Amino acid sequence: MSNQDQILEELTSTDYKYGFITDIEVENAPKGLTEDTVRFISAKKQEPEWMLEWRLKAFKEWQKMTEPTWANVHYSKIDFQDIIYYSAPKQKPTLNSLDEVDPELLKTFEKLGISLDEQKRLSGVAIDIVFDSVSVKTTFQETLKEKGIIFCSMSEAIREHGELVKQYIGSVVPQKDNFYATLNSAVFSDGSFCYIPKGVRCPMELSTYFRINSAGSGQFERTLLIADDDSYVSYLEGCTAPQRDEHQLHAAVVELIALNNAEIKYSTVQNWYPGDKDGKGGIYNFVTKRGICKGTNSKISWTQVETGSAITWKYPSCILAGDNSIGEFYSVAVTNNMQQADTGTKMFHIGKNTKSRIVSKGISAGKSQNSYRGLVKVHKKAENARNFSQCDSLLMGDKCGAHTFPYLEVGNKSAKVEHEATTSKIGEDMLFYFQQRGIDEETAVAMIVNGFCKEVMDNLPMEFAVEARKLLAISLEGSVG
Amino acid sequence: MLKIKNLHVSIEGKKILKGFSLDVNAGEIHAIMGPNGTGKSTLAAVLAGKEGYEITDGTVEFEGLNILELEPEERARLGVFLAFQYPVEIPGVSNANFLKAAVNEIRKSKGLDNILPNDFLKMIREKMELVEMSKDFISRSVNQGFSGGEKKRNEIFQLAMLDPKLSILDETDSGLDIDALRIVANGVNKLRTSNNAFIVITHYQRLLEYIVPDIVHVMYDGKIVKSGDKNLALELEEKGYDWVKELDNVPAN
Ligand SMILES: Nc1ncnc2c1ncn2[C@@H]1O[C@H](COP(=O)(O)OP(=O)(O)O)[C@@H](O)[C@H]1O
Ligand SMILES: [Mg+2]
Repeated sequence: MSNQDQILEELTSTDYKYGFITDIEVENAPKGLTEDTVRFISAKKQEPEWMLEWRLKAFKEWQKMTEPTWANVHYSKIDFQDIIYYSAPKQKPTLNSLDEVDPELLKTFEKLGISLDEQKRLSGVAIDIVFDSVSVKTTFQETLKEKGIIFCSMSEAIREHGELVKQYIGSVVPQKDNFYATLNSAVFSDGSFCYIPKGVRCPMELSTYFRINSAGSGQFERTLLIADDDSYVSYLEGCTAPQRDEHQLHAAVVELIALNNAEIKYSTVQNWYPGDKDGKGGIYNFVTKRGICKGTNSKISWTQVETGSAITWKYPSCILAGDNSIGEFYSVAVTNNMQQADTGTKMFHIGKNTKSRIVSKGISAGKSQNSYRGLVKVHKKAENARNFSQCDSLLMGDKCGAHTFPYLEVGNKSAKVEHEATTSKIGEDMLFYFQQRGIDEETAVAMIVNGFCKEVMDNLPMEFAVEARKLLAISLEGSVG
Repeated sequence: MLKIKNLHVSIEGKKILKGFSLDVNAGEIHAIMGPNGTGKSTLAAVLAGKEGYEITDGTVEFEGLNILELEPEERARLGVFLAFQYPVEIPGVSNANFLKAAVNEIRKSKGLDNILPNDFLKMIREKMELVEMSKDFISRSVNQGFSGGEKKRNEIFQLAMLDPKLSILDETDSGLDIDALRIVANGVNKLRTSNNAFIVITHYQRLLEYIVPDIVHVMYDGKIVKSGDKNLALELEEKGYDWVKELDNVPAN
């Protein structure tokens, strides 16, 4: 067996470290999706009438829609009637303190390395935890409240801050946007809501941690983040799921709104269960993430490190409506074994002097397929638009694939658009070069991968970057022997 | 230091080395000359431990140790260095990072702690001077976008940083202009001590005007067909490689 084969062999035997299942009492909605399911969810959440109406409207739209097939991913058809659309840990409807959280649940988060205990959190990251369908705990709420920042579960926001939610929900990702977003609009269960008032710099990282636990359940969370004039917020999102033989569906919607001079940094470390080496099980991750730079001089920056999921279908996008607004997309997508990722971004230049920057790094190993799909669209009134795109692919072995689909629509002659792309391969010659200098293969791969992703990693908040680097190492662990 | 006895090596069933023998002692410089396709790079790769070569016969001892069973990185840590004929480019890994990792791995194998940042910087400055490297190069990715000459100089720079016992230079001179050749040769001459040894593989006599070998071997069809002092290189240059084909029928000394 050649070295390269051995590397691949061992790559494929790497275990998923978050694959445990929490044994906890849950309350499920009956399997399947009808209007009654939508009503059931809305009732469970004690939602106002307008929210129910909104959901039902989305449901009616969804019934008319068909699944998209344009992405470069292949999977057997999803049976949308075979999914549980609502699953929640049984508990008191509202939690007043940590003591009231189910101890099994606390243990779960300990295992995941997340401390819910506010005292213990030195780094000062406020966390909202979404376990299956509901938000179980948001930390640091009091501290944030002093600044006027609202950071809570979506369900709570709908009840307590209805006007804000009503104004903005669906304003960036409309109900009819696409098949999965429309499905989400009908059945979304929970998620995080965040509002940063005028002139406030959020003093800590805000973070949401998503965990799918129950078997056969889908997770449809919805995140809405509004940064009012002259405000700043950095937001983190992490995801894991247990190891299960069947596929589970995750179809989230994230909407960001940046008003005048506001800046939103949104970082994701996605580590859903990717399935086993033969492609059995794993999360189907069909996510719609979009931000609008509504105000002048506003900025939205997406950073993502994607290592999990059996299938990833995800294009965090920016609508650059405000003059002088800036959109950024920094991405590392790792695929291994039988994983498939079709991910990228869309930048819509509408305002004058808008700028966008795209840095995409794809790493493929095993028999995986990794596609970058990007659209840069310059509206005819968008004077002086600037875009720079860099799409790099790194291949490990010759059984995997990397594909790049850059689309460009320029409607204004003053636009300047640049695109660069490279493909490199970690081949035997490269590894031998390291070894000949005394560096073993495993260290060599880590060095190459870290070097390859550096520009993206540098954009992550400090503690998150450390975690993300570890995650990269884990997902490519045993890649060498 | 190095004892190669009757080495036979095949690649994918094709015989490349056919009874290659060589003894190298500390303090010596050996030159190996021979036409293209004769197996010089194969020899270098086998000594360094590259995969994909089938060793059908013979032994290789380095300081009394059978190294054929060792991983390439283990051989490197013992002090075997190969300056590649075609150095690879490593995007995203800076020369500084690469060298720090290499230096520390070698130190670790000797039971030493990681090198202190200041000592490392000092060492880099010193050794860069040796091969007349410009400063900005240290933050650039390993060999990426380097000219042919820069790549070769980088090999010698790495050699200087890692201070190996046995260095194998595989056609380090090819593709170098006369100035670069002089720089590389000067570097090697300064690094030479009574404790280390060099095997200089070359196609031309030119390099040997600067790096003066103790012994010159002529290689043809997978083995040494003639050995002699430095004058053998001149003779070879004069008579051309057709001459060695005739030598092939005569047993080597
Ligand atoms: N990886 C390989 N696969 C098949 N044949 C090879 C390979 N590497 C080298 N060879 C063959 O081995 C012979 C010796 O090559 P090499 O050692 O590179 O010679 P030199 O360095 O003396 O020019 C040549 O005939 C070459 O084609
Ligand atoms: Mg050669």
